[in-house]
Amino acid sequence: MSGIQSQRVRIALEDGVVFSGFFFGASGEKFGEVVFNTSITGYQEILTDPSYKGQIVTMTYPLIGNYGINSEDVESRKVFLEGFIVKECSRIVSNWRAQKSLSQYLKENNIMGLEGIDTRALTRHIRLGGAMRAVISTGNDDDKVLVDKAKNSLSLVGRDLVSEVVTDKIYQWNEDGNYEVVVIDCGVKFNILRNLQAVGCRVTVVPYDMSADDILKLKPDGVFISNGPGDPAAVKNVVDTIKKLLGKTPMFGICLGHQILGIALGGRTYKLKFGHHGGNQPVKDLKTGKVAITAQNHGFCVDIESLDKNDVEVTHINLNDNTLEGMRHKKLPVFSVQFHPEAGPGPNDATYLFSEFITMIDRSKQ
Amino acid sequence: MPKRTDIKKILIIGSGPIIIGQACEFDYSGTQACKVLREEGFVVVLINSNPATIMTDPELADVTYIEPITVDVVAKIIEKERPDAVLPTLGGQTGLNTAMKLAEAGVLDKYNVKMIGADYNAIKRAEDRDVFKKIIIEIGLDLPRSGLAHSIEESKRVLVDIGLPVIIRPSFTLGGTGGGIANTEEEFNRIVGLGLKNSMISEVLIEESIAGWKEYELEVMRDKNDNVVIICSIENFDPMGIHTGDSITVAPAQTLTDKEYQKMRDASLAIIRAVGVETGGSNIQFAVNPVDGRMVVIEMNPRVSRSSALASKATGFPIAKFAAKLAVGYTLDEIQNDITKETPASFEPSIDYCVVKIPRFTFEKFPEAKDVLGISMKSVGETMAIGRTFKEALQKGLRGLEIGHTGLDNKQDYKTVSDDKIKQRLQEPNASRIFYIKYALQKGYSVETIGNLTGIDPWFIDNIAQIVEMEQEIVHGPWSIVHRNKEGIQNKLSTVLLKRAKQMGFSDWQIAELLGLEELEVRKYREKNGIFPTYKLVDTCAGEFEAYTPYYYSTYETEDEVQVSSKKKIIILGGGPNRIGQGIEFDYCCCHASFALRDLGYETIMVNSNPETVSTDYDTSDKLYFEPLTFEDVLNIINKEKPDGVIVQFGGQTPLNLARQLRDAGAPIIGTSVESSDKAENRDEFSKILKKLKISQPDNGSARSKEEAVKIASNIGYPVVVRPSYVLGGRAMRIVYDKEELESFIKEAQDVSPRQPVLIDQFLEDAIEVDVDAVSDGKDTVIGGIMEHIEEAGIHSGDSACVLPPHTLSDDIIDKIREYTLALAKELKTQGLINIQFAVKKNVVYALEVNPRASRTVPFVSKATGVSLAKVAAKVMVGKSLKELGVIKEKKVNHFAVKESVLPFSRFSGVDIKLGPEMKSTGEVMGIDRLFGNAFYKAQAGAGQNLPLEGKVFISVRNEDKRDIVFIAKKLYDMDFKIVATKGTAKVLRANNMDVEVVNKITDSDKNILESIRKEEIKLIINTPSGKKGQSDSKPIRSTAVLQGVPCITTIQGAQAAVNGIESIINGTLEVKAIQEYLEKSETRVQKPEKK
Repeated sequence: MSGIQSQRVRIALEDGVVFSGFFFGASGEKFGEVVFNTSITGYQEILTDPSYKGQIVTMTYPLIGNYGINSEDVESRKVFLEGFIVKECSRIVSNWRAQKSLSQYLKENNIMGLEGIDTRALTRHIRLGGAMRAVISTGNDDDKVLVDKAKNSLSLVGRDLVSEVVTDKIYQWNEDGNYEVVVIDCGVKFNILRNLQAVGCRVTVVPYDMSADDILKLKPDGVFISNGPGDPAAVKNVVDTIKKLLGKTPMFGICLGHQILGIALGGRTYKLKFGHHGGNQPVKDLKTGKVAITAQNHGFCVDIESLDKNDVEVTHINLNDNTLEGMRHKKLPVFSVQFHPEAGPGPNDATYLFSEFITMIDRSKQ
Repeated sequence: MPKRTDIKKILIIGSGPIIIGQACEFDYSGTQACKVLREEGFVVVLINSNPATIMTDPELADVTYIEPITVDVVAKIIEKERPDAVLPTLGGQTGLNTAMKLAEAGVLDKYNVKMIGADYNAIKRAEDRDVFKKIIIEIGLDLPRSGLAHSIEESKRVLVDIGLPVIIRPSFTLGGTGGGIANTEEEFNRIVGLGLKNSMISEVLIEESIAGWKEYELEVMRDKNDNVVIICSIENFDPMGIHTGDSITVAPAQTLTDKEYQKMRDASLAIIRAVGVETGGSNIQFAVNPVDGRMVVIEMNPRVSRSSALASKATGFPIAKFAAKLAVGYTLDEIQNDITKETPASFEPSIDYCVVKIPRFTFEKFPEAKDVLGISMKSVGETMAIGRTFKEALQKGLRGLEIGHTGLDNKQDYKTVSDDKIKQRLQEPNASRIFYIKYALQKGYSVETIGNLTGIDPWFIDNIAQIVEMEQEIVHGPWSIVHRNKEGIQNKLSTVLLKRAKQMGFSDWQIAELLGLEELEVRKYREKNGIFPTYKLVDTCAGEFEAYTPYYYSTYETEDEVQVSSKKKIIILGGGPNRIGQGIEFDYCCCHASFALRDLGYETIMVNSNPETVSTDYDTSDKLYFEPLTFEDVLNIINKEKPDGVIVQFGGQTPLNLARQLRDAGAPIIGTSVESSDKAENRDEFSKILKKLKISQPDNGSARSKEEAVKIASNIGYPVVVRPSYVLGGRAMRIVYDKEELESFIKEAQDVSPRQPVLIDQFLEDAIEVDVDAVSDGKDTVIGGIMEHIEEAGIHSGDSACVLPPHTLSDDIIDKIREYTLALAKELKTQGLINIQFAVKKNVVYALEVNPRASRTVPFVSKATGVSLAKVAAKVMVGKSLKELGVIKEKKVNHFAVKESVLPFSRFSGVDIKLGPEMKSTGEVMGIDRLFGNAFYKAQAGAGQNLPLEGKVFISVRNEDKRDIVFIAKKLYDMDFKIVATKGTAKVLRANNMDVEVVNKITDSDKNILESIRKEEIKLIINTPSGKKGQSDSKPIRSTAVLQGVPCITTIQGAQAAVNGIESIINGTLEVKAIQEYLEKSETRVQKPEKK
């Protein structure tokens, strides 16, 4: 525990288990689905990843905040997660790029942080019981009251969280590029945009509810469907948009974008027990046989059995649990991956997929 | 794709004796490799000269050669065994260098042996600094500016480009021998000169000094499909400029953002691919400028290293085991993660704790050497600790170091340390700097100031500051109004505060010291208030998957994951960090105890804190607790597990020191009782026993004052042996020749063991020393082995060469020794192992010392005779009788096994190189042969002392030996050696028709002989000194000999042995033979009945 010994804070889970610790950052009461992330580094990127909207994130690595916060390593315009749980929030910040401490940053963003929690016990509890609804509170309610509040809170299933994180206006990410790429923003991470830019794209980011016709009016060389929070089944409008775009433009999807594509291609999605959140997930490329260590952050998954194998080819699988990690349309220039090739945080093993998107665009132009 | 089918037989080259920079981590990696490759159906041929290793157990490889690891010998083994492949990457630098030399000598090509894991070119690319540098530049990575030099002249030209300060690193050496940082031109010339000499290829790298930068290491693995994973990142607490083996290191990296970490990861992937290490593990080091984040590549080890062992233990990912599998063709995704059993090995471990490794130094053994640290490694061991925070792991590590600290404690009162001293100790890296950081904080220095003085990252220093603040809270805080009454501590040490202190790693003892209480009082209070440690699993995946491997560490959290079984179980206490006098030999015994008890159906539980060892491999025992070996930590485990027995006699002095306290706390200690151990250790009690058994003992007495000591010594007559009681490895033990020396030494002895009497014994000059290891069940005793020392008497048994069976003692004497051994074992009610040291002089057998516990020689005896004494002893300790076990006879062998020790003097400049009763060696080798001479020759070669086959021999012997030397010298002379001798010796030799060159003695003004040794003209030294004058005369000869690597023999018996060996080799009869073959031919001897 850091020297900042402050007010008590509790997290109450819907199954009745309560952990107590100390708070840093903001005080108050917040609801969310509690998940754990096994990345050792990268808390700043995790905090600013819009996909965590609606979730309370527990870091399994116990010492968080060591290198502070800088202005460069952000993945979106603000912090989206509902609460942040660590074993120990470092009171000292040490890195040449550090500008502020984690606790200061959370306070400024009005986010609740919890420390002094047996995060391994919490993680093991989630592993066995699955990701669950929870409330974090600095208030004085009885444990039982808090548990009831957790039970009565909203679930992630069927909930459209995308609307809460996306832009409502079109914007140009960068001015120069050889390829006009439209990014459908479901909660896009900046590192995806940075990677698209790096492979020569002129990136235009559009709101998730823009119609297919309006998108096509922008004359894109390719369309990218971004990551984002929550249940893919809740963003039917995007699924419809994608259905209309199929065959009209090359498409590439990541994470939620991949799930949306999966549904648009006739597949189903389901909720994983506790999801994949971390930077060490082995993914096998079935074409090359090679294994990439990937960053992942998803609670839902496309059912590998639900895909029509006449149209869709499975390209990647997760070696830990054999779930679907990537697919490609057999006839159309469309592919997607469940993991995060853009990293941020996590390994850069799969950044080649951005080049593959460009190759696909080139080929479809011929 | 599964394993290769083009390979059937694989040669593994071990790492030889334990030396600084190459310790038991390579036994751990080699053992894993042997196991895995045999499981996969390969025939494994192993060579290692170190008998104290688990890997050389006859059942671990198909064919095991305990032979010197030299090109000639390995070539012979290859010729005989015809392996298809050699695996060079698991035997440390020795294994790697030997394989490279075999390739260069054409041996591998001649017999069509492939190098697997890393091939010749890949190793060359990683190890040759010039080539490596080019590769790094080609792949666009940054390096410190540098240049290579092969001569002093060339080095000066390089220096012009770079400018001082610079770092000098010799190419192809072990652990950075001979390197250094030069701030002045004078230092530069000196270090370059030394480096050129130490380098196998006379090459040094001169480099821009990046001292003070942050230092990182990444452990990388690659398979043949080019899948690459990072197993672990390590951040050094100590900045660049201190050898990583001497640095406190922390896993995972603490102060890198993800962007920076990924940059380092990407660089590591690029490097391992460019260098072309085909499969297996490598270690890559980086430095980062704390000011602007500039990252430079430092070096790469294209093999499993010390850091790999640490990374394996820190993450639970068995690097060596998987490296062996990858080398024979598997890919990472085809290998299952043992711990989760459902996920593949193609992932990167995530950990949910903090690991701290702290080096263990032995500067007290070398008082003349300064404890200053640099880029040449000096530590002899290490301890690792796991905690949920850095603070907890650091404090656990400091108490696990076993250097008398209870944590980051107040052994020295900061008020007594001057500012000058603090500044000096902070600025100049040294073994106790961590404590000076604390003193500085206590004195009010800011984190920033300390950071500037030390170059240590402020994150670490601030964490230490938090420990200091907690200490303040315990002592002065409003919560801790503590006072004592009859019921113990009354109130008010807040339980909240106490729990927080425990979470920061404070030990009960440390808290007790702060509050002026006894350790047990704090313990009682803590337990009364329900504050108990919780045990968590090391599982490679931060809890994401279920783990099946019972590898635990303690912390103070809410959930405990230990599953206590209802099986019969035994806890074995290990030996903690390696140090001189307590190392791999004891770990070997602990492992054997575990294997033996597992065989008997017991659940075995290992407790140890040494990451290098086989005992801390998670599959050696049924359960592993990676914990400090202190009373508190061990008792916590005993209370948790409630074992049927606790074994303290295998781990060396560490667990023995805990025995009494543990027993008093109710722990079921099994084997020889604590009382018996005490009796053997107590001088008076021991004398009584010897008198009762009518066994002779050198005249002796114990003194509690200087005056008393002088009186006793003059009664006994000089020379005398003086030593403190209750110490290990002959600490502060010395042979004293006169009153003056006695008076000056007595203080040191008292300092080492205060409040205990100083023991004074008659020194039996010219006696032959004998060591005996035996095992007893309380009723019967069976001798394991009798070893005759080859060195002069008075040298610590751990430092002297010995031979099994004895080669000069008469049957009568040996029978007497047997009789005494049996009587002593019985008298001490020994249940388990017993080691006895005897001295034989003029046909009288004297008992010098008895230790009813595992000794350093147990593995040597076991390898020489094929009987695992430690296994037998462990079974006896749980109640089996020797009869039941079928161990009824002493083994008779038809060969000779010679043990020789390896000394670390070349690491400590300015140290007087002299062997004596205080142990100084770090490791040992064994030479085994049908002929004694050959065995001796092999032992010398294994220890790196190559006996010459031609050239000049220097001979200088005392008068008593002049008659015996003639025969020896004549043999050398007839084999065309040139003889150089001092005047007196030369006269005798000339009288016997030999041409002899005369040189002056050292005491004469002309230092001719030393010059000749330095110029490497002399190839062998035979020098038998006598008395104090003789000893001091020959001191410079010995020192120079050791520094130059010239074999120096100090006894007539040794000289005879050496000459026999040389003769055998010249006649071409040196053979290699597998240990399995020797043991087949041995038979058991009917033991003579105990005499009345």
